[in-house]
Amino acid sequence: MSTIQTKVGEQVPDEIALVQAAKEGDVEAFEQLVKRYDRNVFRIAQHITQNREDAEDVVQDAFLKAYGNLKQFQGQSKFYTWLVRIAVNEALMKLRRRRPERTVSLDEEVKTEDDSVPREVADWSPNPEQQYSQAELRDILSRTIQGLPPSFRTVFVLRDVEGLSTEETADALELSVPAVKSRLLRARLQLRERLNRFFQRRDSNDGQPNREHGDVEQ
Amino acid sequence: MKCSEFLEELTNYLDGVMDDRTRAELEDHLSWCHNCYVVCDTTKKTIEIYRDSQLYELPEDLRERLRSAIVSKCHARKKSNPENA
Repeated sequence: MSTIQTKVGEQVPDEIALVQAAKEGDVEAFEQLVKRYDRNVFRIAQHITQNREDAEDVVQDAFLKAYGNLKQFQGQSKFYTWLVRIAVNEALMKLRRRRPERTVSLDEEVKTEDDSVPREVADWSPNPEQQYSQAELRDILSRTIQGLPPSFRTVFVLRDVEGLSTEETADALELSVPAVKSRLLRARLQLRERLNRFFQRRDSNDGQPNREHGDVEQ
Repeated sequence: MKCSEFLEELTNYLDGVMDDRTRAELEDHLSWCHNCYVVCDTTKKTIEIYRDSQLYELPEDLRERLRSAIVSKCHARKKSNPENA
């Protein structure tokens, strides 16, 4: 079985020069950095906040905070990893404001039912996503990831959707590498478990996949 | 290798970060344990489906609006505080 190839963020050669120019007040240079990473920041923000308006705010706030604090960026990590750290913090703050009754922290130890080996697992169709239209698929994926604890979906989006390395994810989230690996495993297994009902083989469940979309949240 | 040991190594296996000996042990386990094979295969598909899903893409009109707002605020900040822009 082949391994997952992630799209590891590459350090673009001109990036150091752009960051340096932006530090010296060149707004056009900073705009180039915005253009380079705004899609990523939006995706991360919406995965964490699960709210479109909050994600828009996070994009603005994260870039403005980055601009205002560029002099603090010493270049030990990539600019993108530094920016992601700012964006994740902004997104978590939004989430806390929206859900004040629930503590939202990346450090929390989340108890799950999924630490044991899954049993009697059903295999999936060869191309399970093709059973659904693009819109249906996006709805399934969005509802499914919403059910994960914020600390799990944050690690999953950085590592598996955005393609940061385990070390970069740990750096961006200020977590240890073992903590990232532990959360990533549990996030992946929980998502897999929740997607089972949509993607399992037609012949393993009375001939039909379960196409109901409701109640996939925790 | 037990199933629980396989599961502990699943993330390293999918990410391709392990020594040859551990990889050989995992692949031996996969060759006879259908349960773990399916867990591994469907977990890999889960990752691929999310990675390829284009979930939460930023629409171009919104993108331009956000960028324009960010840039104008940067200019304003630079004007009001040129030393620390």
